[in-house]
Amino acid sequence: MQYLLYVSIGVFFGIVMYKSEAASWFRIYEMFQFGSFHMYGIIGSALVLGVLGVQLIKRKNIKPVYGSEMSLQPKNKGVTRYLAGGIIFGLGWALAGVCPGPMYVLAGAGYYSILIVIVGALLGTFVYGLIREKLPH
Amino acid sequence: MNILYDPWPWYVAGPLIALVLFLLLLIGRQFGMSSNLRTACSAMGAGKAADFFKFEWKEERWNLMVVLGAVIGGFLASHFMSNNSVEINPEIAQQLASDYSITSAGTSYLPPEIFSFEALSNPFIIILLLAGGFLVGFGARYAGGCTSGHAISGLSNLQLPSLIAVVGFFIGGLVMVHLFYPLIFS
Repeated sequence: MQYLLYVSIGVFFGIVMYKSEAASWFRIYEMFQFGSFHMYGIIGSALVLGVLGVQLIKRKNIKPVYGSEMSLQPKNKGVTRYLAGGIIFGLGWALAGVCPGPMYVLAGAGYYSILIVIVGALLGTFVYGLIREKLPH
Repeated sequence: MNILYDPWPWYVAGPLIALVLFLLLLIGRQFGMSSNLRTACSAMGAGKAADFFKFEWKEERWNLMVVLGAVIGGFLASHFMSNNSVEINPEIAQQLASDYSITSAGTSYLPPEIFSFEALSNPFIIILLLAGGFLVGFGARYAGGCTSGHAISGLSNLQLPSLIAVVGFFIGGLVMVHLFYPLIFS
């Protein structure tokens, strides 16, 4: 039953990504050219509501339906991994024109070339796992 | 104009993404679309090669279910709710056409110059797609999250590391589009 819930959330997320054009290569390119407010508006409005909602959850100590605590652990401190990893991610985001969520949405939409991007992402994840100990974090 | 077929404006999409974040939090999970790549590596046996993939991936099967849903959502939206074309700023569309011969803005959802089957006959395009994916996968795990995990989840929780990561995302994206695109595509 829980699986059905996760699949439903995924379906909803997928429709939002596709319909908002956040899954479109053109919108990502346009964003990095500062050509439109669209993508900044999506991220910004999600963020404003996200900050307010998370504050509400914390102040009112709202508990999740499953489990005992909200999954809101602080991230580990540091700079190197976030900056270096972030820059590498950004290079790929702009090169392929997709981030991880939209990859799956586009696969479902029938853009099968995106499967090559997904294979690349799996490889990148795998190689990170292999050389993780050698990287500064 | 048709509310079903027209693209959704940012002020509809943003709040709906926040809703996804809250739904996941309410069932005890954190919104993030790149952890599933690690889960998938583990499920395919990557634990034999690196300790990073030795974890109880079955506990994380939920994120593969969200992926399955996203695939279905993409199918439904593209087949029944969209005319599959994206209008962008005409100046940017013009610039794409003149600088990179990408003329499909306004007529397609993804540029066929890069994403069509025919484009794959060019090995350069295959390398480009593979490299883009690789950087996304590697960078997301190195940074500990992607657009959803850091820019939405992490920043909503006012996490400084997420802010650093998001600054990194934009440095990388701007460098790619403004410095590397002219070298790659022209």
